[in-house]
Amino acid sequence: MIEYFLEQGSTYAASLDGVVNLIGVLVGFWFMASLGAFLFLIFRFRKKPNQKAQYVTGYEKHEARWVHWPHHLILVCDIFIVIGAVQVWVDIKQTLPEEPEAERVRIISQQWAWTFVHAGPDGKLDTADDIPMIDELHVEVNKPYIYELSSLDVLHDFSVPIFRLKQDSIPGRVITGWFEPTITGEYDIQCAEICGIGHGLMPGRIYIESSQKHAAWQAQQAPIALAATAQ
Amino acid sequence: MATAEVATHHDDTRHHDEGFVKKYLWSTDHKIICFQYMITGIAMALIGGFFAYAFRMQLAFPGMEVPLWGVVTPGDYNALVTNHGTIMIFWVAMPVLIAAFGNYLIPLMIGCDDMVFPKINRLSYQIFLLSALVLISSFFVEGGAFAGAWTAYPPLSSTAEYSLTPLGSSIWLIAVALEFIAFLLGGINFITTAMNSRAPGMKLYDVPVIVWFIVIASLLFMASVGPLVAGAIMLLFDQNLGTGFFDPTRGGDPVLWQHLFWFFGHPEVYVVLLPAIGISAEIITVFARKKLFAYRTVLNTAIATGVLSFTVWAHHQFVSGIDPRMAHVFTISTLLISVPIAEMVFVYIATLYGGSITLNTPMLWALAFIGEFLIGGVTGIFLGASGSDIYFHDTYFVLAHFHYTFFPIAIIGTFAGITYWWPKMTGKMMNDTLGKIHFWGTIIPFNFIFIPLFVLGLAGQHRRIYNYENFPDLALDWMFDLRIMATVALLVMIAFQVVFFVNVFVSLRNGKKAGNNPWKANTLEWVAPSPPGHGNFEELPTVYRGPYEYSHPDREEDYWPQNEPA
Repeated sequence: MIEYFLEQGSTYAASLDGVVNLIGVLVGFWFMASLGAFLFLIFRFRKKPNQKAQYVTGYEKHEARWVHWPHHLILVCDIFIVIGAVQVWVDIKQTLPEEPEAERVRIISQQWAWTFVHAGPDGKLDTADDIPMIDELHVEVNKPYIYELSSLDVLHDFSVPIFRLKQDSIPGRVITGWFEPTITGEYDIQCAEICGIGHGLMPGRIYIESSQKHAAWQAQQAPIALAATAQ
Repeated sequence: MATAEVATHHDDTRHHDEGFVKKYLWSTDHKIICFQYMITGIAMALIGGFFAYAFRMQLAFPGMEVPLWGVVTPGDYNALVTNHGTIMIFWVAMPVLIAAFGNYLIPLMIGCDDMVFPKINRLSYQIFLLSALVLISSFFVEGGAFAGAWTAYPPLSSTAEYSLTPLGSSIWLIAVALEFIAFLLGGINFITTAMNSRAPGMKLYDVPVIVWFIVIASLLFMASVGPLVAGAIMLLFDQNLGTGFFDPTRGGDPVLWQHLFWFFGHPEVYVVLLPAIGISAEIITVFARKKLFAYRTVLNTAIATGVLSFTVWAHHQFVSGIDPRMAHVFTISTLLISVPIAEMVFVYIATLYGGSITLNTPMLWALAFIGEFLIGGVTGIFLGASGSDIYFHDTYFVLAHFHYTFFPIAIIGTFAGITYWWPKMTGKMMNDTLGKIHFWGTIIPFNFIFIPLFVLGLAGQHRRIYNYENFPDLALDWMFDLRIMATVALLVMIAFQVVFFVNVFVSLRNGKKAGNNPWKANTLEWVAPSPPGHGNFEELPTVYRGPYEYSHPDREEDYWPQNEPA
């Protein structure tokens, strides 16, 4: 359902969309079945002259099974949903990619801007060629990234809809997570947690670039970063 | 039963004629207190609804001057959404569904003359009224009303430099705390009265489900509110005394508040759901002329839902920084709750089977409750499952989901209850045609408001953002078209509420006399005169059977009032 509106921009986007579709099919079935039965009964048993309603208590076994069977089946559906949801969750939230293949990027949120600290050409953070950018996150396609998310003031939330990624940033904590972009382009980063008067004015942009374009951007930015450090 | 003597005899010193102030403003009569809660709740709904109008206009037509408000600034926007949420849940759903209907129905339906503690009852309303006035006052202080969302997550809510609403935050918190005190006092009365003052012969399984549901809801409220009251005091200290319970720079943790808030916040959904779904049960049985399918199963599902509701709070925190391993536990517990809730809905559907259904106004509302709530229920699964919640959390999908849950509860449930018990409350019938116009004029636009918001949520639109023009991916033409559609539908829905108020006044002036039991219902309130005087019954009833004996094969009449001997 989501993929109809939004491209799948990360390695795990398709599996998240898959679990959404699985839930959609299962709850869609129950919704249609319940609503169908509900509307059918309303029209089928409209009041007719001289016809009394039936006396059905719901305690006879043959009556009760009309309610008990469906709810047992719902329990079975729940099991499938739990399995699907847990798999996606473990992949997105609990399994970090191996370094050094994955590059680290630092994300610092504050009222009302994002600071993204990119590794420079040396591929490492906390070195002289780090590239800090305000509201712009530059990443390379098909490369895993580990982010270190923190906040300087209130709660914010780092959300990249095309990745299907969302994580609150919390003052006092550094939360790590990961993503691997699979398409190139320029997309929204939204703050998904209310963070004060400027919450609606905190748009970030993610630039997903081919390796050549990303290297060119890095080369262009690194001297500026180095020069700034030298001063 | 012996306990029925507690408050079931007429006491002339309590029930004599009184002047206007004593009768309507300073009354201890449970019915007058119902009206006080009802009128205050409806007045607050008008305020909360007006806020919704103002911020939806901003979303559809960003930056334009909104009639009756002006330009909605980013600060205004946050204050409007915060107080819309707070008001609709705490000052509309709770006072109307639990306090007003609980007050009116419990003594009448169990066949006694008033609440066990009438003065505590009066005090609960007075504290509630005070809480409403305190909340409204926050709009007129320096810095304006609180603007940190109804969830009030610190440090935004605890630190004046962050929220920019130093006084508003504290006033909001005091108002919420006062409101909780009011409902704790009210809950004591509901539980005590329902358990101790039942009419002679009324066994526990003869009690109508709405009374049971209000009792269970009151118990849920009492069991869940403690942590939040503690949290509110800690937050108030953080705001004003320099403590740091939720401030990491002083050794605190913001996530602690989230646990305290949602440990209350999720059961709260069921606190307001149960009275509404109980109203629906009473109406569906009467207008289908059917016995409620599996009465005891319905009670068990309500209890199971209540117990499970205490085990699911952290699904609101999947992406908020809790230990990721905890998500599995909360996914399982959240999905488990779908079982009793689904069973309850199936029971209602099964009650229709073999019925003789009349589709008048109260029945339409009661049926619409089930139909719309189904959408709210099934869309909740997407949010209760950890994997999919990563995407949906804090999007418009969530917003649409909980409006499909809360609108049926707070608005549809309320109109169902008002239109059904109106003849008893006033002695007059409402106009059914006007009622149906109001019904369709509310239900159709409601769906046009919130179905587009599901779509916007699927497309990745997050909430509480005052102007989507700032986000290129969300500033597409079709998205603005959907926002305009939702806003226009809201205006249409608001306009149709006039029909309801017209119906109220026409009914009061020229309505047909109702008689004691116009719907031919079984429960005891229909034995009392319409409207019942202070003291309720001319002669206190004795109960011989359960409340849902409709179309019994041994009887010619298709109803069998609880007080009628065999």
